[in-house]
Formats: sequence, structure tokens, C-alpha cells
Amino acid sequence: MSKPIIINIQDIGHRVIESIFRLGRASRFFLLLLLKSGMSLRRFDLVIRELYFTGVLSLIIILISGLFVGMVLGLQGYETLQKYGAESAIGALVALSLVRELGPVVAALLFASRAGSAITAEIGLMKTTEQLEAMGMMAVDPIARVVAPRFWAGVISMPFLAAIFSAVGVFGGYLVAVVLVGVDDGSFWSQMQSMVDFRYDIVNGIIKSCIFGVAVTAVAVFEGYDAVPTAQGVSGATTRTVVTSSLVILGLDFILTSFMFRGVS
Amino acid sequence: MQRTMMDLWVGLFVMAGIGALLMLALKIGNLGTYSTAQSYTLVGNFENIGGLKIRAPVKSAGVVVGRVLDIQFSVETFDAVVTMQLDNRYKFPKDTFASILTAGLLGEQYVGLAAGGDEAPLKNGDKIMKTNSAIVLEDIIGQFLFNKASENSTSKSGGKE
Repeated sequence: MSKPIIINIQDIGHRVIESIFRLGRASRFFLLLLLKSGMSLRRFDLVIRELYFTGVLSLIIILISGLFVGMVLGLQGYETLQKYGAESAIGALVALSLVRELGPVVAALLFASRAGSAITAEIGLMKTTEQLEAMGMMAVDPIARVVAPRFWAGVISMPFLAAIFSAVGVFGGYLVAVVLVGVDDGSFWSQMQSMVDFRYDIVNGIIKSCIFGVAVTAVAVFEGYDAVPTAQGVSGATTRTVVTSSLVILGLDFILTSFMFRGVS
Repeated sequence: MQRTMMDLWVGLFVMAGIGALLMLALKIGNLGTYSTAQSYTLVGNFENIGGLKIRAPVKSAGVVVGRVLDIQFSVETFDAVVTMQLDNRYKFPKDTFASILTAGLLGEQYVGLAAGGDEAPLKNGDKIMKTNSAIVLEDIIGQFLFNKASENSTSKSGGKE
């Protein structure tokens, strides 16, 4: 009767201790990564190669989702605002929600599932097939040669992707609001420009996306590097990358928003 | 060959990113209209600013001529000190009237400037002497109820006599 309970409690304790170990390993790994990234920034062609895989290949999903998110915002915003006769504020609504929240957050979520999972799978598979150890044998540091270029490519491409997402989203909102349902062209842009502040809204959005870029790629490279070197281990690591980085993005977004936007608008 | 194609795509990607940032800054944000233009500041004391916020527009004849830069409470005069940043192109005479107005029934509040007839213009750091407070809805309702009540009592007493 009492035995399963004890086993359960042991199991919980084991999991907690294991996750604390993992957190410690992750922090150590992150510090090591920062220390060794000087070399990868000197060999910038490696970073450019990874920029192609993480940034350029994520572009299509970012463009299409941005367009549709902006269009949906335009439709829903029009639906609600026209009840109060304020449909000319639709431009401000679309731009503010995209630049402040949806641009950085949705772009980071898409980036985590599109590029983050690929990074984890790639590094995990390299570990499984003992390529990382082979590099170590040849006196090539796998963190500097494999991990750091992927990390920096992710950090660089994330703000660009978020900016492209917001810009395309505003265009999508324009398509729906002005072309489809006929809000006045001039008031769409002028309301937007009078409500959106460069330093307060846009720069804060860019800072957000930079922080998300660091968080997502750090999680992705760590999960890949720390994966159990079996087929199952790599698949588990890939899943954990998407789950963990999505949760980290949403949690960080709440913290950053509460710091950045404290009702001084 | 593979190498150069990759470089080309990355270059295009970075260009698209910078282009999107520029579009955000110039087309969506108001960077193009404000920070390049020269500006000067004016100060006004208001008895009550209602819901006026920092960055609210300063308008004259409906045209945006500046922004509210700062709002402070003065312990000497016990009123609100509103600092406004105005575009250098727009000069106002010394006896300009500043009032806090509301855009529409529920809209945001802004500072409205009505030009006077003085020859000398307001200069950087000058104080607007003639100000008009925000209309506080509770005051109006209170006044209305008070008037209504006094009306009733006078008509009642009139009936008795």
C-alpha cells in the first residue's frame, strides 16, 4: 500500500534533482559558448552558412504567417472598432499589436519550431554519430566550430525576422482594412504614425526579439549538445527544444512587457 | 559556386531585414516627422489636466504642431506643469491660449493652442500665461445636478406662494 507512494515521491525528487543538474549544465555550457565564440566571429563564413539555414530558409514561413496574422488582425479589429465608429484607428491597432507583441513573439515561436528544432536535430545527430568527438580528437573545439556559429546566426537573424514579420503584417492589415473593407487610406497611415512611437514601441520590440533570439538558440544548441546519443534521445531533445523555448519565449515576454510598457503611453 | 549563391541569399535576407526595420521606423513610426525637425519647448500651468498623458499631441486649428514632453506637479503653485515640445516652423504669439481638449466623446486628450494677437512670439522655455483646464465629467454632472435641484426647489416654492 505504502510502497508505490514512496516510489512516486522518490521519482519526483529524482526529477527535481535531475532538472537542477540540467540547469547547472546549461548555464556552464552557455558561459563556455560565450567564451569560445570569439573564434567563430573571426571565421564569419561559418556564421554566414548558418545564417542561410536558420534565417533565409525561415523567411517563407515568416512572410506567409506575418501576412495572415496582419490580415486577421485587420478583420477582427474592424469587426470590433466599427461598432464604436472608430474604424480609422485600425491602422494603429494593427501596427501597435504587431510591433509590440505579435511580431517578436510569433516570429520567435515560428523560429523555434522551424530553425530551433533543426539546430537541435543536427547537433544531436552529430553527437550520436560521434562527429563531435572526432572533432575533439583532431583538436578542433566542437563548441567553437559547430555550436557557436549556429548560436550567433540565430541571434543575428531573429530581429530581422521579427521586423520582416511586423512589416509584412502591417501590409496584410492594410490589404484587409483599406483594399477589402474600405477604411480611408490616409487615416489608416496617419493614425498609425501618430500612435506608434519609434523609441517606445519599435525599439522595445526590437530589443524583445533580440532577447528571444538569444533564448531560443541557446535552448536549441544546448538540447542538441546535451542529447542522449541515440535515435530516441535526439527525437526527445528536438521535442524538448520546441516545448522549452516556446515556454521561455512566453514567460520572458511577460517579464519584458511588464518592464517596458508601464502605461506611460 | 554553391558558396556564392549562399552569400547572395544571406545578403538578400539581411537587406530585407534592414528594409523592414527602415519601413517600421519611417512609415509606421513617427521618426521621419519629428526627431529630424528642430523644436522648442513651452511650459504651461494647468489647474487640472484630466487624463492628459506624456506624448499626447499639441494641436492648433486641428493640426499637430508638437507633443507633450513632460508633466510635473508643482508644489509652489499646486497645479500641473506641462512641458510641450513644438516644431520650430510653428511660432505662436505671446498671448496664445492653451486648453486641454478631448478628441471626440471618449477620445484621447490633447493640448489645443489658440493664437492671440500679440506681435512678439513665444520663445524657447517661455511660459503660456493663459490656460484652460480639462473638463472633468464629474464636475459637469455635479453642476448639472445642483442646477436641477435648485430649479426644482424654486419652482416648488413658486407653486406654494
